[in-house]
Amino acid sequence: MATSLPTLTCREAVEQATDYYEGVMPPEAVARLQSHLAECEGCANYFAQLRLTVRALSTVAREGSPRLAPRGIIQAFRDWKASRG
Amino acid sequence: MPTLSVFAPKVRSTNAAPGGPHLDPPGDDEVIRALRAGDEAVFETLVKCYGDSLLRAARGFVRSDHVAEEVVQDTWMRLVGSLERFEGRSSLKTWLFGILINVARNSAHSERRSAPLSSLVADDPNISVPTAAPERFRSPDDPSYPSGWVSFPKSWEGIPEERLLSSETRGVVTQAVKELPPRQAIIITLRDVEGWPAAEVCELLDLSEANQRVLLHRARSLVRRRLEIYLDED
Repeated sequence: MATSLPTLTCREAVEQATDYYEGVMPPEAVARLQSHLAECEGCANYFAQLRLTVRALSTVAREGSPRLAPRGIIQAFRDWKASRG
Repeated sequence: MPTLSVFAPKVRSTNAAPGGPHLDPPGDDEVIRALRAGDEAVFETLVKCYGDSLLRAARGFVRSDHVAEEVVQDTWMRLVGSLERFEGRSSLKTWLFGILINVARNSAHSERRSAPLSSLVADDPNISVPTAAPERFRSPDDPSYPSGWVSFPKSWEGIPEERLLSSETRGVVTQAVKELPPRQAIIITLRDVEGWPAAEVCELLDLSEANQRVLLHRARSLVRRRLEIYLDED
């Protein structure tokens, strides 16, 4: 139960977001945060915004298409191969 | 494109993130053996597989895209030059990105990216800095709502999916990552863009799990703030 821990303020709640999503918080701290989020619209929105931020970040990698290896790099590989005889 | 036996498709591990490398690499030993044997096709596939990821990571360190491309180029050159020395103590991927980070740091230095003091502080996990803008919160002595929001962050639920995941939104996010101090930029890029697990990022950057989280938290908080400014402006 959360009774052993003092009530969480919003300022404290937002600083716990990453620990929460990384799954490193002890169960009683998780319970305390979750009950805060259930009651606080501002923090609930903030946490939802963070999730969408991470989601938007995850789409960045999809933008590029696999590039062809630049010639210089392949040439360097060939030179290295040749240098070993 | 013909499938190379050494790069035969594998089942993705469950923690593989969306948008990671386009091809799943085979076991490191196999690849190293093929590279040492001079297998050009394997080398080319490796370059294709990691090229974009390396470029995105390099952009966290250097300002111009042109210099970032040079950093990636130089990374491959060095990888080739040290193939014989790879001992397999780290994974091939960690080794490759380790080379990238060394090259990129030198380039960032010669590019004279003058880091303002504030950004050095922000990149030090041992110095405590508030991540959400402090002005968003009331004072701890506020009689009705101590340390509460001055005004609530808005709900983004009404924003259409197409807008959230549009290329314009991606542009805002990418720009925000560029503004981060180098360590935060690389951490958020590897974790959230490339989908690396925390442990691999810690190994690469020689950071404790706790410090990695502190910096990831700062980075995510800033990117969220930039996204909020963009999405709330109309």
